[in-house]
Amino acid sequence: METVLLEVRDLRTSFFTDDGEVKAVDGVSFALPLGKTLGIVGESGSGKSITALSILKLIADNGKIIGGEIHYKGNDLLTYSDKQMRDIRGNAISMIFQEPMTSLNPVFTVGQQISESIMKHQNLSKKAALVKSVELLKLVGIPSPDKRIKQYPYELSGGMRQRVMIAMALACNPEILIADEPTTALDVTIQAQILRLIRELQMRLGMSVIMITHDLGVVAETCDYVAVMYAGQVVEYSDVVTLFQKPKHPYTIGLMNSLPRHDVEVEKLESIKGNVPNPKEMPTGCRFAPRCPAATDLCRREMPALMKDVEGNDVRCWIYSEKWEGESEVIVYGEKRIAESRGTETILSD
Amino acid sequence: MAKKELLKVEGLKQYFPIKGGMMGRTVNHVKAVDDISFTIYEGETVSIVGESGCGKSTTGRAILRLEEPTEGSITFDGHELTTLSKREMRKLRKDLQIIFQDPYASINPRQTVANLLNEAMTIQKVVPAKDRRKRIIELLETVGLNEYQADRYPHEFSGGQRQRIGIARALSVKPKLIICDEAVSALDVSIQAQVLNLLKELQEDFNLTYLFISHDLGVVRHISDRVIVMYLGKIVEIGDKYSIFENPKHPYSKALLSAIPIPDPTRVKKHIVLTGDVPSPIDPPAGCRFHTRCPFAQDICKVEEPKLFTHDSMIDGHQAACHFVEEIENGDLQAKGFEEAVF
Ligand SMILES: Nc1ncnc2c1ncn2[C@@H]1O[C@H](COP(=O)(O)OP(=O)(O)OP(=O)(O)O)[C@@H](O)[C@H]1O
Ligand SMILES: [Mg+2]
Repeated sequence: METVLLEVRDLRTSFFTDDGEVKAVDGVSFALPLGKTLGIVGESGSGKSITALSILKLIADNGKIIGGEIHYKGNDLLTYSDKQMRDIRGNAISMIFQEPMTSLNPVFTVGQQISESIMKHQNLSKKAALVKSVELLKLVGIPSPDKRIKQYPYELSGGMRQRVMIAMALACNPEILIADEPTTALDVTIQAQILRLIRELQMRLGMSVIMITHDLGVVAETCDYVAVMYAGQVVEYSDVVTLFQKPKHPYTIGLMNSLPRHDVEVEKLESIKGNVPNPKEMPTGCRFAPRCPAATDLCRREMPALMKDVEGNDVRCWIYSEKWEGESEVIVYGEKRIAESRGTETILSD
Repeated sequence: MAKKELLKVEGLKQYFPIKGGMMGRTVNHVKAVDDISFTIYEGETVSIVGESGCGKSTTGRAILRLEEPTEGSITFDGHELTTLSKREMRKLRKDLQIIFQDPYASINPRQTVANLLNEAMTIQKVVPAKDRRKRIIELLETVGLNEYQADRYPHEFSGGQRQRIGIARALSVKPKLIICDEAVSALDVSIQAQVLNLLKELQEDFNLTYLFISHDLGVVRHISDRVIVMYLGKIVEIGDKYSIFENPKHPYSKALLSAIPIPDPTRVKKHIVLTGDVPSPIDPPAGCRFHTRCPFAQDICKVEEPKLFTHDSMIDGHQAACHFVEEIENGDLQAKGFEEAVF
């Protein structure tokens, strides 16, 4: 059995705006096994970043975590005081934020910023912190680190800046590294460098990683487990191979089929019709029902829970439950799925 | 049937001056596009791929003369564009449309969709005034929007819908060539697929020609007939999409393709990881511009610029600019410090 290091259960985070409540995260559950990489994948606005920020309890003033549990080593982080959370952040769990340019302060040198974050958590002198900064820059593969620490962020390329961000996140040997779209702003050849770096560091330092991305290619190449998010919820959670070979949720199937690939030829892309729902007017039943080719009245009426199957994977879809009232063979975006209650094998079409 | 040349670009250069010093004199140039040539035939889709700063978008903008090209000739449908007056160019714009990455930035937020389309048609005098409303509804339907949405403002639409509005506007003047500059890059995959399918259908229905500029090679493979690979202002490889994707010859094309993550977790992951960053286009490396990152580079690569040519192992129309296509092909030249990483 794998040891679970972090487990999120039914997390809910809302923002309260002038024109109503935005349920940004509304039912997120997943587990991060020790030493593994968990991917959180989903389209823009699906709540990936807010999920990550909720784990660290770094939510904007107009937002609030209104439910759920975040278990880390047997404790629920949601019961932690502000002081306890400060110890967690940057120490046990550290994060690389989505916008590297805005997270680096333009008026301080790279060395000042890294040593700052080292000194915040460790009892080191300024000099010792600077020495450690040089070591960290070396660790993340920055050439001539003793020169680089004297430079300002604008003097570095995008890839270099991202390496600096990673160095800062590693400053205190975190157990969990949360990387929010760490390569989205980078060119592919640089992306490959950064992904490899994260992987190497993970193996060397024994970290567990949460990789947030909208790129299914990045998921396939870097993750062991995956949580697929749609409109604030996890709709499917499984190991990476099962997810790609036998996706169950119609949204996941649709997503896989709409992906143009450079390594295989498809004539016409199977597309998911319609758009993501407005977070202020979420559908009452399943959030994907308005776009789902298999939706029944049940789907439009009642929201399915995230249910476990025999393989231990989770799916939030009525098709795989006793309550299903549609055909027993369902074609979803050209793929056949057998609608039998959980525990039954689903089969792939050819 | 003989293919008709719709666009021919020859020796195109686009240099941007860098001002400096006390007098604001030009101290140097960014050589964004540095002597490129290619032809696009009617009805086909040609893509330009490459990393940021390689000159993809600059090429598109130069063709439309949104920036005046520094040097070279651009022939479109028999007209030499570089010497046309502004007025003549405006008339030709009807046939030459562009769709940008950010539909929001290129659409006036205070205009309803109907007004926007109406304006484009008025300027280009393509449809008599009395028929325009009917045409607007038709256009909206063509791109998958509804009549009731005609009188709405851009902010009332989602990103994918706004991209469709951008396409409707480009189509409203019945163009021959549409330049799509990262037109689907900002869209989520499910929406991106809708827009890509739409572009393909429209191409068949209206015999459109596309110049597709994108960094997303999945999208490029899906939409293109032919592909141009650019690196630092130069074309390093050009060919039909099968040649480029299945049989790339230039070391840069190979590295670029291998760096793309593939959505299949069971595949053996091998990447050619290039070290270092793209050099500055202000002072590009002499000889072959890729030599500073190329694992096969030899002395000659540092001094002599390779020309595009077709090696025996390549089919007609497939060309690469590398001195060592032959040696790399038959394994006589081994990669130095080439990092093949397995994630
Ligand atoms: N401070 C805020 N006030 C109100 N709504 C917010 C706030 N922050 C985020 N949201 C909303 O929460 C939802 C989820 O946002 P989140 O940033 O988690 O998306 P994401 O999945 O990370 O998207 P992307 O892929 O674009 O980064 C969105 O609808 C967003 O508009
Ligand atoms: Mg985000």
